[in-house]
Amino acid sequence: MSEVKKIATRESYGNALAELGSQYPDLVVLDADLAAATKTGVFKKAFPDRHIDCGIAESNMVGIAAGMATTGKIPFVSSFAMFAAGRAYEQVRNSVGYPHLNVKIGATHAGITVGEDGASHQCNEDLALMRTIPGMVVMCPSDDVEAKAAVKAALDYVGPVYIRFGRSAVPVINDRPDYKFEMGKGVVVKEGSDLTIVATGICVSEAMEAADRLNAEGISTKVINIHTIKPLDTELIIAAAKETGKVVTVEEHSVIGGLGSAVCDCLSENYPTKVLKIGMNDVFGESGSAAALVKKYGLDADGIYAKIKDFLK
Amino acid sequence: MNNLELQKTANEVRKGIVTAVHSAKAGHPGGSLSAADIFTYLYFEEMNIDPADQKKPDRDRFVLSKGHTAPGLYSALANRGYFPVEDLKTLRKLGSYLQGHPCLQHVPGVDMSSGSLGQGLSTAVGMALAAKMDGKDFRTYCLCGDGEIQEGQIWEAAMFAGHRKLDNLVVIVDNNGLQIDGKIEDVCSPYPIDKKFEAFNFHVINVDGHDFDAIRAAFKEARETKGMPTCIIAHTLKGKGVSFMENQASWHGTAPNDEQYAVAMADLEKVGEALCQK
Repeated sequence: MSEVKKIATRESYGNALAELGSQYPDLVVLDADLAAATKTGVFKKAFPDRHIDCGIAESNMVGIAAGMATTGKIPFVSSFAMFAAGRAYEQVRNSVGYPHLNVKIGATHAGITVGEDGASHQCNEDLALMRTIPGMVVMCPSDDVEAKAAVKAALDYVGPVYIRFGRSAVPVINDRPDYKFEMGKGVVVKEGSDLTIVATGICVSEAMEAADRLNAEGISTKVINIHTIKPLDTELIIAAAKETGKVVTVEEHSVIGGLGSAVCDCLSENYPTKVLKIGMNDVFGESGSAAALVKKYGLDADGIYAKIKDFLK
Repeated sequence: MNNLELQKTANEVRKGIVTAVHSAKAGHPGGSLSAADIFTYLYFEEMNIDPADQKKPDRDRFVLSKGHTAPGLYSALANRGYFPVEDLKTLRKLGSYLQGHPCLQHVPGVDMSSGSLGQGLSTAVGMALAAKMDGKDFRTYCLCGDGEIQEGQIWEAAMFAGHRKLDNLVVIVDNNGLQIDGKIEDVCSPYPIDKKFEAFNFHVINVDGHDFDAIRAAFKEARETKGMPTCIIAHTLKGKGVSFMENQASWHGTAPNDEQYAVAMADLEKVGEALCQK
């Protein structure tokens, strides 16, 4: 496993913006004094005139992006998830969501893998917040390949989009010639018939590892990668629930309002199924290395495996 | 338009405001009436706009950051020919395109949805910045309330606009001195407003917001100001034109009943008649 290439999805974000800048002349990138961390600095280097540093003022940045979008620009606003979705929630809702403007929000440093900065900067609520805004597309890519594809898909879609990226390097799991990204479509990354794990973002690779162990024990485990949380691929999830009977969701986010809630919303209305939600259990995070935190909060393969074993008892 | 024509038009805009709010049985007449002369000057004299080509790319932009005074904006737009004046009576009613606060997607002539105070100026800054980036010469105007500037986001936007030297941006502060809970200086004083905007690298002009000579001179000065955005502080009277509403905080967000509506319209008819004698 030491051979697996690892890259943080925030790096993918910055690289994708820089790669797509020539193809999309209306693309502009806004940042709030975090260009080195969000990696929009890569775009800034390539297109200095189209990168706007707004200073440490995220609410204003979102408003500026909204105004620019009314003139035909395609703004990507970038900050940590805590500030893009949290601090500027109402600006995203009222200045971007309500007028349904073509603004893309590239939120980096989401979840507990922010690590050492601690709970104040670990946003485990952004998916919940963004999901509630009518017309908002919410994506959470699992690796480098998917993160770049998500940026491209967001550019080709007209309307507000929120994309969640992580700080820490994660394994590249989608590097294959037949990889295709379709907004709103889940991807079955492992087939199985006894249990379905629905995972998003950086938890997909951990869920796949947990599934390998379960499969080795004879528990046939399907894994679905949900890169688009809204609109949710309800068809795929209902079909998987019908096939396997049991569903587990895994996300680096609160168990309230994120992927787990979205899956439960879907299944409770269409095919009531027992669901185990794995995520942050209504608690704040804390300082520590990303790896240590993922282990402590049970979001690594060991933790996911153990919780599923318990669930199946 | 000459001043007399502007005064007559502003009086019609005021009638539309009172009629719309009376019909809706809700809404914000006080700050709509205080800004009626500003709305009129912008839509009938200052801005490069065309009701027959509402989305033309080079049009000047207007953002009503104090979105609750939508009746003022709607009445100006209707009188300018964006939609029938008669439709003002549908304000705030279920199914009407005239939402309680301006809505980009539904109201003809509206350049930005607004209403949550403090947010409009940032969006106007975005429009002005986009024009600068593309070398386009359209101008962006943004009307703020004097209570609204208690919102911190206004100053984030002002800092950015000053920093970027957005001389294609004009912020107008409707300084009527009152907010819902009373006098602005009693609630949480934003004064001195001019010194604050100056400190944020704006060119600042104080004017009587009901004097069209002064308003005309201020917007001309704003056009001639290069290298920095302009802030026009319009000193106004809340409820201007309706005797019992003038300078009363209680008419910030209250609709007149039928009797009060009759008095208000009689006040405005009288003003109209006097203007016709000139």
